[in-house]
Amino acid sequence: MDFPISHAHINPVYLILTGFFVGVMGGFFGVGGSFLAGPALFGFGVPMNFVVGTDLAHIVGKSVVAARKHHSLGNVDFKLGLLMVLGTIPGVELGAQIIERLKRVGNVDVPVGIAFMVILLSVSGFMAWETWKTSARRIRKTQGKKRSENNAFAKVHRRIQKLPLPPYIKLPQSNIGQISLWVIVGVAFIGGLCSGFLGGGAGYIRMPAMIYLLGIPTHVAVGTDLFEIIISAGYGTVSHALKGNVDILIALVMHTGAAIGAQLGTVLTQYISPVRLRMAFIPLPLIGCVIILCGLLKGGPVK
Amino acid sequence: MKPGIKAVFKSFSVEFLIYSVLVVSYFLLVLHFLGPWLNHLFQQERKTYAAMAVLLIIAQGILLEQLTRLLVRVIGINKQH
Repeated sequence: MDFPISHAHINPVYLILTGFFVGVMGGFFGVGGSFLAGPALFGFGVPMNFVVGTDLAHIVGKSVVAARKHHSLGNVDFKLGLLMVLGTIPGVELGAQIIERLKRVGNVDVPVGIAFMVILLSVSGFMAWETWKTSARRIRKTQGKKRSENNAFAKVHRRIQKLPLPPYIKLPQSNIGQISLWVIVGVAFIGGLCSGFLGGGAGYIRMPAMIYLLGIPTHVAVGTDLFEIIISAGYGTVSHALKGNVDILIALVMHTGAAIGAQLGTVLTQYISPVRLRMAFIPLPLIGCVIILCGLLKGGPVK
Repeated sequence: MKPGIKAVFKSFSVEFLIYSVLVVSYFLLVLHFLGPWLNHLFQQERKTYAAMAVLLIIAQGILLEQLTRLLVRVIGINKQH
């Protein structure tokens, strides 16, 4: 089937299946899954600038629904979310401008592809480390050894919260007595930059940064991250669409699979051990990495 | 697998079948009617295209979420949990 906007020829079933798989991951882990959707689109023959813009558009539809659910559970810290917008929007715009500059030079695929591979390897490595840590913690528990699990990270975010960089902000919903506004804006800027440059919601950067660097409770971080994704991906979609990088037809088709996949993901959380499923997902970003590498070695999107 | 998972997946398969039929007809309609118009907007009126892109994906997100929630309620996956 031809998609006239991006001039890509893709079987819609592949798009729906990709969306479905990404939806399952979203329902199970609460992640956007752009680290799989992006390489998959590149693998289907979509040019890299359209991969970035279209993935952003696809994420908007998913995150609106998920953020509504988290808002009803009281997991969204709006004060934090709105302050983060100050960093997110300039970050997204800078990412989109870099893509535009690379497009003008005629070399989008290689730099974006390499950056994507670095992120994918990091995601896979982090998941492997996290799974190993969880398993080790379980073994310690069964052996009766007790040890505080967050010691290292608690030290890090306590130091960050004490940074002498006024103005300071209080975030009672996130249990933060005082933190520098610049730290919040900085974290949001990096998340926005990744979102604008690589597509997707950049939850793989923002979520760990919010939990481990800012010290925000996980459930609030998940809800606030989704609120942030609506803003970053929504702004990114408009910005990239104006620059001619969004094929909304591809995003709409892919999103149909994501809606049903999210339902299955939610059901799975009740029946499959998260550690087991996480172990199964460790190689997936590596597959995405291989798809991009093949595309780059062939000199363009894999057809 | 825990007991009861078979029943859940049976219900999910029914939901999946109904959903597939609805979605395939929906996206064929969308592509048939909106495809040429969106392509025209992309080529000629980029600002309108950008606004329509965001509106369409948000509307579809809400619509499909309502549809899946309705199917789950009708088929009764939640009851079997």
